[in-house]
Amino acid sequence: MTLTEPWRVLAFLVGIIAFVALNAAYLVWLERKVAGHIQGRIGPKEVGPFGLLQPLADGIKLMSKQLLVPKGVDPLLFKVAPLLVLVPAVMSFVTIPFGENLVARNIDIGLLMIFAFASVNVMGLLLGGWGSNNKYAVISAARAVSQNVAYEIPMLITVVTMIMLTSTMNLNEMVIQQGGGILNWHFFANPLMPFAFLIFFVCALAETNRAPFDLGEAESELIAGFHTEYSGMGFGVFFMGEYANIIIGCSLAVILFLGGWQSPFEFLSDQGLWGVFWFLAKVYFLIFCVMWIRWTYPRTTLWGLLNLSWKILIPISLLILLLTGAMIKVWPLITGAS
Amino acid sequence: MGKESLQSAIIKFAPLDKLLDLGRANSLWPMTFGLACCAIEMMATGASRFDLARFGAEVFRPSPRQCDVMIVAGTISKKMAPAVQTLYDQMPEPKWVIAMGNCAISGGPFVFEGQYGIVEGADKLFPVDVFIPGCPPRPEALIEGILELEEKVTGHRRWPRVEAV
Repeated sequence: MTLTEPWRVLAFLVGIIAFVALNAAYLVWLERKVAGHIQGRIGPKEVGPFGLLQPLADGIKLMSKQLLVPKGVDPLLFKVAPLLVLVPAVMSFVTIPFGENLVARNIDIGLLMIFAFASVNVMGLLLGGWGSNNKYAVISAARAVSQNVAYEIPMLITVVTMIMLTSTMNLNEMVIQQGGGILNWHFFANPLMPFAFLIFFVCALAETNRAPFDLGEAESELIAGFHTEYSGMGFGVFFMGEYANIIIGCSLAVILFLGGWQSPFEFLSDQGLWGVFWFLAKVYFLIFCVMWIRWTYPRTTLWGLLNLSWKILIPISLLILLLTGAMIKVWPLITGAS
Repeated sequence: MGKESLQSAIIKFAPLDKLLDLGRANSLWPMTFGLACCAIEMMATGASRFDLARFGAEVFRPSPRQCDVMIVAGTISKKMAPAVQTLYDQMPEPKWVIAMGNCAISGGPFVFEGQYGIVEGADKLFPVDVFIPGCPPRPEALIEGILELEEKVTGHRRWPRVEAV
């Protein structure tokens, strides 16, 4: 199906926003269900069948709630901050290939673009914390920034490793290179890749402020963190942004390591909608893992979090970078292949 | 069980109002806030045996800005009263209060002649929507209180009422 240019943009715009909004709503439902079952509870079940209308009720509630702008806040920053979290996340979907031909803009520096936008997310947290004139929010914003700066480094080093391996920054090309069964996925490209995947996944958890790295909104210390002063939909938009960022992080992990929209076995089709199916199946599996981790592990301390990044993840990711470079450049020299 | 009827709004958007009420009643987020032993029962209500999550009311928000219902779980001492009052004032509208346990209803066992340290009931500080008696109330009683509050918001009850035999 080919659409002419303005209609194609419009279709993708509507599609992506609907995808983000629906996912944010139903991932909250899924999270509450997963949390319930992990803790030996049932989770939401009375509001609609299986509690499926719960996100709708929450949405109505949040939208009809008084939007409180407390005295003393910076009115501009306070209102802009939630958008600064949500909009870059939505923008990042532009280059994500959902299927072989289902990508809004197949640009050559797609990976770079996603990381450029992902960094704006931190800005939203910082401005939200700073603008709300609340000491807990400011502490939380400072934490979120130091955490994001620390984890951006190993994540980018891992991504550079992947770029060396694939010699492209076009996400769709990366996926095409991984065609032909599960063993061609970059996860199995060389013995170091599972570690690179692990580092990438841990960094994605930390970048999206998810437990066990959710120090930005540590309830026991900082009330609700940077969104302490946000009520109603201001808080709702922060949450939508968080879930959109989780989807982006998991999509990137799937595209870089787990073969994107490629099917795991050659005899299974990945054409057309099947590609979308495989992509979403892998993404939702990773999102489930994110929730699983959140409800299993307690929150780390701030120094433990920073030590993990600076003392463990960065050296290991640098080592992986060096070894992968050596494998790519030195191995052909030794074996004599060109 | 006599209930005071809510004052009706002057302008009514009947179906939309009903939808808003349904939405609000089904996502009553309480505040993470306990004053005394009743809070332990409140935690038990959220845990696996009783599971407040079934009604969508397990999202205990730590910030008063994001709460809908304040469960006053325990004794309000006079020293604590200003803080409780502040928390109530910080909640955005629409907001509801549940007074859980005898201390929050009337001061409970702490009321005697010449007592000087206890606020005798949460309704001395702010309007209370639902009173749950007990010392402390069982988790089932708190769930019944939440259902009662839902009835107050929407005008009809989720489940048939269980009558004593």
